[in-house]
Amino acid sequence: MSNRVVITGIGAITPIGTGKEEFWKGLMEGRNGIDKITRFDASEYHSQIAGEVKDFDPADYIDKKESKRMDRYTQFAVAAAGMAIKDAGLDLEKENLDRVGTFVGAGIGGIETMHAQYEKLFDKGPARISPFFIPMMIANMAAGQVAINYKLHGPSSCVVTACATGSNCIGDAFRVIQRGDADVMVAGGTEASISQAAVAGFCAMKALCMDHNDDPKHASRPFDKARSGFVMGEGAGLVILESLDHAKARGAHIYAELVGYGANSDAYHITSPAPHGEYQAKCMQLALDDAGMKASDVDYVNAHGTSTHLNDQGETEAIKTVWGDAAKDVSVSSIKSMTGHLLGAAGGVECIATALAVENDMLPPTINYETPDEGLDLDYVPNKAKAKTVRAAMSNSFGFGGHNACLLLKKYAE
Amino acid sequence: MSTFEKVRDIVVEQLGVEADEVALESTFIDDLGADSLDIVELIMAFEEEFNIEIPDEAAEKIKSVQDVVTYIDQNK
Repeated sequence: MSNRVVITGIGAITPIGTGKEEFWKGLMEGRNGIDKITRFDASEYHSQIAGEVKDFDPADYIDKKESKRMDRYTQFAVAAAGMAIKDAGLDLEKENLDRVGTFVGAGIGGIETMHAQYEKLFDKGPARISPFFIPMMIANMAAGQVAINYKLHGPSSCVVTACATGSNCIGDAFRVIQRGDADVMVAGGTEASISQAAVAGFCAMKALCMDHNDDPKHASRPFDKARSGFVMGEGAGLVILESLDHAKARGAHIYAELVGYGANSDAYHITSPAPHGEYQAKCMQLALDDAGMKASDVDYVNAHGTSTHLNDQGETEAIKTVWGDAAKDVSVSSIKSMTGHLLGAAGGVECIATALAVENDMLPPTINYETPDEGLDLDYVPNKAKAKTVRAAMSNSFGFGGHNACLLLKKYAE
Repeated sequence: MSTFEKVRDIVVEQLGVEADEVALESTFIDDLGADSLDIVELIMAFEEEFNIEIPDEAAEKIKSVQDVVTYIDQNK
């Protein structure tokens, strides 16, 4: 008999707000986090807009010397982990820290550090590369630094599956607790890749929205007919997962129960999703089967909803495949309309949004939804948050490389 | 600025310590909390600031602020 797993803590750093309260308030208001890029001069880039985190000062969370040794993506993770631990009311001094683990991934890793060090390499030669280049850049260091900073000795790892990273990390951490290898897991994703080469690279793929440089607020428009590519975001979303027994023993607040996880691969193309969302549908079904639930038991889907033509089309088809006749009753929204696409962090912040939707019976909207597209006829919770009883909710993430990951959350009941 | 003052400023910047914590007799590891990676980065910063080269054999003998100041004054 595997352990039941609940979500008891939340740490969010996002373009629409930092901390659980601000993030949720932003989601409920339909706050728009997209604007002109300020982290570098983007005037020569095809895409000049992004969802930047503007209210983050690492000194608020991390010792100055330690923070200097971290790329921004790791600073986000360490700060969000601290928020999540505090939010969960976990007293680390009383915990057996050998039983508290860390699964925190990034889709890319320390690309700002890489950029700075390559500049040094080309300008000054190999002898001037910093000894901190590698430990700041490598994509596992968010997990490493979260464990080091909070002295968490349990399983520590990171899944790197592009835009599915956060969801795979949470799903795999869920399994760790189910099988009893840890009592508590800090899990999710982080990303800080609003950086020259990353933006140029996504532009070159024609993946980014490039036709709204003068109108950034309307750029991210998932499921809308005029959608034209995703808008990059940054931030971190980490949750505290805990065995139900452990949570009950310490009287923890429970946001939602994590009841199902599906993971599979399109095995189709490096960047394009397979047509008709065939394996995305199978992934959602895997999560339902894992929980022993039916699609009609699920009232809300927090969509991957990137605002690219192919994703939103395929994901809609996949949802219709799985929900069948019940597709008219399920509500589907994409918070990327507000935050942009946080890549490796997306699954983390979206799991948080999903957990809060389950807890509050409120659905975050898809903003910028103006014109329905042919065949895309689900309830996308257009433009305004709405109240709806959420018995259970799915959070979808699909990554380049064909990685699919779906998490299924349920209202907690004894 | 004296060599010591320049060295002190680099140490403050790199190690995130306060200026008044850095004395001539301060050792990098025990007194100033540096680790082996910090030392490598510090040596690079001294090389850049004073436009000198500190070979590995010399760098290995540098334990304190005094060691650095002496080496720089003898080699610049």
